[in-house]
Amino acid sequence: MTLEDQTTSTVAIARRTGARLTLHRFLRSPSALLSAGWLAVLTVIAVALPPFVEIEANRQNLELRLLPPFKLEHGLPFVLGADSLGRPELLQLIMGTRTSLLVAVLAVLIAAVIGFGIGLISGFFGGWTDEVLMRIADIMHTVPSLLLALAILYVLEPSVFNLVLVLAITRIPVYLRTARAQALELRERVFVESSRSIGAGNWRIIWRDLVPMVMPTIRTVAMLEVASILLAAAGLSFLGIGLQRPDVDWGMMVADGQTYLTSAWWVTVWPGLVIVLTALAANLFSNWLRAAEDPAQSAQFIRRPRREKVPA
Amino acid sequence: MWTFLRRRLVTSAITVVGVVVVVFFLARMTGSPASLYLPESATPEQIDEFNRRNGLDRPLLAQFWDFLSGAVRLDFGESIWKQRPALDVAMNAVPPTIALAGIALALALVIALVLGSVAALYRFRTVDRIISVVTLTISSIPDFWFALVGILLFAVQMGVLPTSGYATPSAWVLPTATVMLAPIGVLTQVVRGAMIDALGASYIQNARARGFSMARLVVRHALRNASLPIISVTGDRAAGMVNGSIIVGSVFAFPGFGVVIMGAVLNRDFAVIQASVFVVGIGVILVNLAADLLYALIDPRVRIGSGKAA
Repeated sequence: MTLEDQTTSTVAIARRTGARLTLHRFLRSPSALLSAGWLAVLTVIAVALPPFVEIEANRQNLELRLLPPFKLEHGLPFVLGADSLGRPELLQLIMGTRTSLLVAVLAVLIAAVIGFGIGLISGFFGGWTDEVLMRIADIMHTVPSLLLALAILYVLEPSVFNLVLVLAITRIPVYLRTARAQALELRERVFVESSRSIGAGNWRIIWRDLVPMVMPTIRTVAMLEVASILLAAAGLSFLGIGLQRPDVDWGMMVADGQTYLTSAWWVTVWPGLVIVLTALAANLFSNWLRAAEDPAQSAQFIRRPRREKVPA
Repeated sequence: MWTFLRRRLVTSAITVVGVVVVVFFLARMTGSPASLYLPESATPEQIDEFNRRNGLDRPLLAQFWDFLSGAVRLDFGESIWKQRPALDVAMNAVPPTIALAGIALALALVIALVLGSVAALYRFRTVDRIISVVTLTISSIPDFWFALVGILLFAVQMGVLPTSGYATPSAWVLPTATVMLAPIGVLTQVVRGAMIDALGASYIQNARARGFSMARLVVRHALRNASLPIISVTGDRAAGMVNGSIIVGSVFAFPGFGVVIMGAVLNRDFAVIQASVFVVGIGVILVNLAADLLYALIDPRVRIGSGKAA
């Protein structure tokens, strides 16, 4: 067995044990299980159901307009009531699930990949491009994200694609700063130096040494961002500049209900409740994940002796 | 101190220029801004006339120069919605926005200081977990929905609070609560982290060993040292407060940038949107600058050192 084989296998074992430990902790944490479960159920709904309910969801039935919830005589689709055009709330929510999840996931992925790449390269090479990029990030940080998104969406047409684009653009600096800060620190480390001394080029060092080191942080940040992107997207749709019918998402449904707030609370309350539950699940899960992967935070997973005095 | 100040002023000035450039290119993103400034019913002749009058038939660089010289004189054109200079319309939104954001941020900070300190003192225990779940839930509520449910409960059902207006104190309750929603969670987490660090310091342990009371230590000593990250994050939230104010303007018709920007969107008044982005950008830069100065006043290391505050 060569030295390299040995190290690789040790690393592999450590990784496997780490993964098993994480799984073990996951199964023992009610909040992690619940939140992951909710997100999984929503994903299945978003993927599987829309093709079957799309027509029914958008069928307007003026006789049933603002039908109150919890009545079954018009069938299961109307169990949560109907909106101002008599469309069944439950099916509208299902259609909204697809759009809301798609927008949030795509926006997070695009922003993370672009910010990660640019930040890493910018931090590694430094120089004037790095300065310019940081100033651009400063500028984007200066204009409130909602205002920037409003201004951009005012110029562009409202559509799912543009909504994703705008949300991704406004969130790129988050990843860019994180990746850059880490790259800046890592490039001085010994393992980068040793890679260089055995002849590795800049790009190889970035790909083989920096990417694996920075990736976990970016993953954590991206998980944390899911909830805030979800809320931001809902906010833009609520203000009426994110999407256009027949596309529908949860924020747009809340906006639909606003006019009928005094007479039909359910049109406003249901979609908002779903947003709260989903954002909370994303927050809880990412919080748990961050704690589970961060050794410094892991103290809360270790069984501690009873009757310990505060503070540690 | 002066090196630090000069450095910050220079980067702020660069950011101001950047904001102006962003504002210019926003208008040029879809080609001719005529469609943005003119009402949708404009005839082709009107569009030609508009292009000629505003020099839009000239090269882009020349236009950019015109725009820059306009911006330097704080001239962003006329608002077609209010028939006044666009900058005036945007500036009118500043006092109510600052009042609301200031009150909300101050209240959020007080709540965060209390919750975060308690969580830090009892970390990893039940109280800490409850606080963390509560703050996570608060930051998971969409502000626009919170505002609507607030109206539903307190205005429609109970009838104790008005649905809009700003003249009476009771009209401020729901808008303030709505704007507070976003910063509370973040600030509580920051206070908790900073307090844990501060309480772990050896001089605190020492004072504990000498029998100083915990309450006194937290308020007099740990809080002071925890204040640095708290100040920098609070300054950072300034931009976010405008987001809340836009929502509040839309739901409660509460005066401020929300009403101005939503009005501008509805009335296709792009000059006002441009002027608003400019005014808000400058405002946020000033707040960040103030936070940095405060930071430097409290922490001598920033003044003497390399000036790496932000």
